[in-house]
Parts: sequence; structure tokens; C-alpha cells
Amino acid sequence: MTGKMAIVGDGDSIMVFKAAGVETFPATEEKKAREILRKIASEYKIIFLTEELAAPLGDFLKRFDEEPYPVVLVIPSNRGGAGYGEEFLKSAMERALGVDILFNNEK
Amino acid sequence: MARLNVNPTRMELKKLKARLATAVRGHKLLKDKSDEMIRRFTVIIRQNKRLRDEVEEELAEILRQFSVARSVTPAYSAEAAFSMPTVAVTAECGMTSVMGVDVPEVKVVAEERAGGLPYAFSEITSEADYSVGRISALLPKLAELAQIEKTVRLLADEIERNKRRVNALEYIMIPQLQETIKYIRDKLDENERASIVRLMKVKNK
Repeated sequence: MTGKMAIVGDGDSIMVFKAAGVETFPATEEKKAREILRKIASEYKIIFLTEELAAPLGDFLKRFDEEPYPVVLVIPSNRGGAGYGEEFLKSAMERALGVDILFNNEK
Repeated sequence: MARLNVNPTRMELKKLKARLATAVRGHKLLKDKSDEMIRRFTVIIRQNKRLRDEVEEELAEILRQFSVARSVTPAYSAEAAFSMPTVAVTAECGMTSVMGVDVPEVKVVAEERAGGLPYAFSEITSEADYSVGRISALLPKLAELAQIEKTVRLLADEIERNKRRVNALEYIMIPQLQETIKYIRDKLDENERASIVRLMKVKNK
């Protein structure tokens, strides 16, 4: 089974992905991103999403957690990451294990 | 602990004993499953963290490089140069199972570039070439990260659900059954004593 890859984000961050062959869907605000995601969720298997858009869409993105596909990956945009990755790891760890096994030795 | 609402008969006792045996066995199995899932989860989440750090670092650098390239190129020509990609990446999507949880397995398949970059070298600065090349090289890693993060999500959900099941068995189901069995046994014994006493009384008359 082959699937297509797509990226949703603001224009500047995603242009370079376009050149690399990933299909791009520009969106600058939450509502637009939600609309696009809803539309492309069944067609694309891997969807990249920039952090700025992912933050307000938290609940909406949870619905993708039920099934293996599509895989939605949140990536930092050209304005840099806002710690989403760390946040995500922490919450997953808390839910599954109840303890922090990754970040406690760094403090 | 509340006991189940059943008639204190031998029939019920037999049924409940069977249920208790099943519950205990199920509890043991689920507990083992939970332990193993947690072990796998810790491995995967460590991997996730490492990969995430790598990818974020690399991506930030690429995007920085790319925005330099953008800033020295007029917007319209950049737009034109990048809007016609010569490659199309697809992903080979499979499924594997981690402890009975279906998780995605992704492999990026990049079709060869027909004639290199999607634009002429004279149009765009060399920074753009580098960043496009690097992002292409990064795509498999991004896909891998996507796969691992999804696995972490799915596994975390499953662990949570499983934990709830184990707890329900351990703290509700099993004590309830044990208590009910004890109640029925007491009741049956009581009945037996009562009938013996009755027989003795009858005999004495």
C-alpha cells in the first residue's frame, strides 16, 4: 500500500517541502487548517503540520489517534519550535507510565 | 465490597467459582501484557526523543538556510521555481503489530529526480539547492519520526486502557466474586446445619 505525503503550514515554511516533492497545502490560521485537514485526511497517509497550527487544533488532532493512518506529525516551522515535541512526549509518558523517564535527569 | 445479587444455591456457587478462575487467569495475563507493553513503550519513547531532537535541529537549520535563500530571491521567481517539483515522494505504508496494537510502518519512496533540481541553477542561489537536497535527505527520517510518534500515541492509549482493565479485575471483579462465593458457602453450610438440627430434634421426639 502506498500513500501520499502532504504538508500543511504557512507559505514560507512549506515551500522547501514542495521542491522536495511533498504536496503542500498553505494555511495560515486555525480554521483553514482544520478545513484542509478534514479534506485531505483520507487521501494522504502522512501529513506534516507546523507547530503554530497544531497548537490550537489539539482536540481536533486527537481524533487521528484512534487509527494507525493517517499519521499526523507536528514539525517546527521556520519561526522555530515551541517545544511541542517535548510537551507531547511528556504527556504520553505521564499517561502510560505515570513517571518521567526522559527529562528528569536534565534538570 | 458489595456482593453480587445471586441466589445462594450450589448451582450459582459452581458458576461463580468458574468465573473467579477465569477472572484470576485473565488478570494475570493482562498484568503480564501490561508489563511487557510498558517495557516496549520505554524503549520506543527513548527512541522517539532522540529522533525528535535530531529532526528538529536539522529542520530548523534547513529552514533557516532556506529563508536566507528566499530573502535574496524575488518572491515571484522563488514561487515559480519551487512550484513545479520534478519529484514526487510517496510512502510505502504497512502495518505491524506491537503487542497486539496495530501501528503504522512507513517507508519513504523517493522517485529519482529527473534532471536534478526543479529549477535552473542560474535562477536561484545555491543556498536553496542545499536546503532542497537536505530536506529530501531528511524526509525518510521525518517519516520514521511520524511512525514512531504515532506508535507512541497508540501504545500509550492501549497501556492506559489495559491498566484500567487490570485494575477493574483486581479491585472490583475479583473481590466481588470472592465475597459472593464466601456468602453462598456460608449460607449453604448454615442450611446444612439447620437441617441436621431439625433431623435430630425430630428423632428425639
